[in-house]
Amino acid sequence: MRATSKAEQERRLTYAQAIREALAEEMERDPSLLLLGEDIGEPGGVFGVTQGLLQRFGAERVLDTPISEEAVIGTALGAALLGVPTVAEIMFSDFATLAMDQIVNQAAKFRYMTGGRTSAPLVIRMVTGTAGATAAQHSQSLEAWFTATPGLKVVTASTPADAKGLLKSAIRDPDPVLFFEHKLLYNSRGAVPAEEYLIPLGEGRVMREGHDVTLVAYLYMVPRALKVAEELAREGISVEVWDPRTLVPFDREGLRRSLEKTGRLVIVHEAPRRNGFGAELAAIAAEEFFSLLKAPIKRVCGMNTPMPYAPELEQFVIPDEARIAAGVREVMRSALGSTSGGC
Amino acid sequence: MQSLAGYSPAFLKELYRKMVLIRRFEERAAELRSLGYIPGFLHPYIGQEAVAVGACAALGSHDYITSTHRGHGHILARGGDPRYMYAELFARRDGYNRAKGGSLHIANIELGIIGANGIVGGGIPIAVGAGLALKQARQLGSRHPDDPRARRADGVAVTFFGDGASNQGAFHESLNLAALWRLPVIFICENNLYGEFTPQHKHQTIRDIATRASSYAVPGLIADGNDVLDVYRVVSKAAEDARKGRGPTLVECKTYRQRGHYEGDMGQYRPAEEVAFWLEADPIKNYRRLLLSGKLCSEDELKALDQAVEQELEEAIAFAKASPHPAPEEALEDVFVESHGGRALL
Repeated sequence: MRATSKAEQERRLTYAQAIREALAEEMERDPSLLLLGEDIGEPGGVFGVTQGLLQRFGAERVLDTPISEEAVIGTALGAALLGVPTVAEIMFSDFATLAMDQIVNQAAKFRYMTGGRTSAPLVIRMVTGTAGATAAQHSQSLEAWFTATPGLKVVTASTPADAKGLLKSAIRDPDPVLFFEHKLLYNSRGAVPAEEYLIPLGEGRVMREGHDVTLVAYLYMVPRALKVAEELAREGISVEVWDPRTLVPFDREGLRRSLEKTGRLVIVHEAPRRNGFGAELAAIAAEEFFSLLKAPIKRVCGMNTPMPYAPELEQFVIPDEARIAAGVREVMRSALGSTSGGC
Repeated sequence: MQSLAGYSPAFLKELYRKMVLIRRFEERAAELRSLGYIPGFLHPYIGQEAVAVGACAALGSHDYITSTHRGHGHILARGGDPRYMYAELFARRDGYNRAKGGSLHIANIELGIIGANGIVGGGIPIAVGAGLALKQARQLGSRHPDDPRARRADGVAVTFFGDGASNQGAFHESLNLAALWRLPVIFICENNLYGEFTPQHKHQTIRDIATRASSYAVPGLIADGNDVLDVYRVVSKAAEDARKGRGPTLVECKTYRQRGHYEGDMGQYRPAEEVAFWLEADPIKNYRRLLLSGKLCSEDELKALDQAVEQELEEAIAFAKASPHPAPEEALEDVFVESHGGRALL
């Protein structure tokens, strides 16, 4: 990232505003860019992300669709294959299940199946995670499914500035990108540079420097991890919070650099633990960076349950600050050769 | 059968040549597979040639098609080169897809072929997207006349699919969306009476799939899918409507899959009298008879066309046989664009 200027300090946007700004700037830059989605036009999106874009760019470019996820994603893909970059919104990423053929069998594979002779500049905005009591069909964190499908890039931005810079890169990327946006981040604020910038896909970011333990977090777990790091600093534990920002491509070097400093790894995500992206991260660390590790790797993840409705149940299932802190303390107490419990 | 009046002899002969090309391409492919040259699936188009040839004859250079698992006919009709098609079937480096796709995935955007497709109904929403891009080209052209994408402002997108696909959600969602946005898309259902091994009456309650158009307030037309000129006439009408901004049309072409679902399926679930009826209604045999009865060309002329097809296919097969196999490491290429090395990323 660039040095912080006065203008950046002054300009604080919400995550939703930053995404909207990225969409608007890219629509200005490329007069062919289209937006598709359910209720994105006149209503401005269920979470207000696309507010004002219909009025600014017209109904020919900001297209309200029927509730037909398969056709919406297929349509976005078909336009993209003809060289028209397209951003489709999946209102709740749970609904991507209705478009799985177009995402997994079609979009992910077109370049490959055609020996590199086609390109699909398609972005699918995936509104993800819980919004609080949104229950089992409106709360899921499905990102790991898509990281297991070669041909898809997967972005998981946690701050307004990252969301803007990464979305602009995703739109200009000639391959399909799934852009995960966490519902609980939409109203979070942060500095966003006033001048144009892009953040390349595949570069993680140190969110807070530390030297005892690397805490890897993405999406809504980043603000939680930062709070935990603050709390543990008072106990004398120096936590480095590292956000990969994109899961595919993944910044192995960034992870290595952090582990060289800390030698300890805790991974936190909202998605269920079993085969979550943390499993892949832990495997990378164990296979490639084992010699850097001083302690067993620890995952602090969502429980292996559907998302429950009751707030106290939901809170129990998603890693909270206490559980993340406990995971870090456990890693600080253990050393290679000792055993580590699951959760 | 249609009257030949109003068509040029060259046009009529080209329809014949294309149908023979498809028939012989498929027959040779089946032989080559039995000889071990083709490692993957084949779903022969034999019997349905009039649909692909009649429909594609109504298309121009700014038009696009999506095809199916039974796609060789559409690709040849749209101008696909048998050399690169056989090379792809042989899994050789000179194939249209550099041996990464095979029969089910042959594509060439420059020729307007967005691709065959291994998923029943999978190409239909993609054609709607092509239609959206083509409609947008009209709008783009008025504001940004220099944008190269504006050149295809008169384009239409055609999606071929079968009776089986007409039961997929993708078909219904797509027809609804294309109708709603009045997109230049032609939905061509090749009703060959079987969805894989299941006869039509066991997979849907209707006989005429064209009636499904009325649910979306679009025209639903029926063509004799074994009559190349009837297909041409009906699809031309649909294309004219699409180009004039009147939106999509559903065209049902009644035809028959003369062979099994795939090469190796003997199709023994089909009644013998049904097969005999449709063999008698063979689209090439009948069209040949029509051309000769109309005195538009002689037996010798048609034989010369047949021989030219044999020669073209012989050369294409030799080309494919000579094409190199891919190197194993090429498997890692083309997952992503070259700016990421194009290679498999975590």
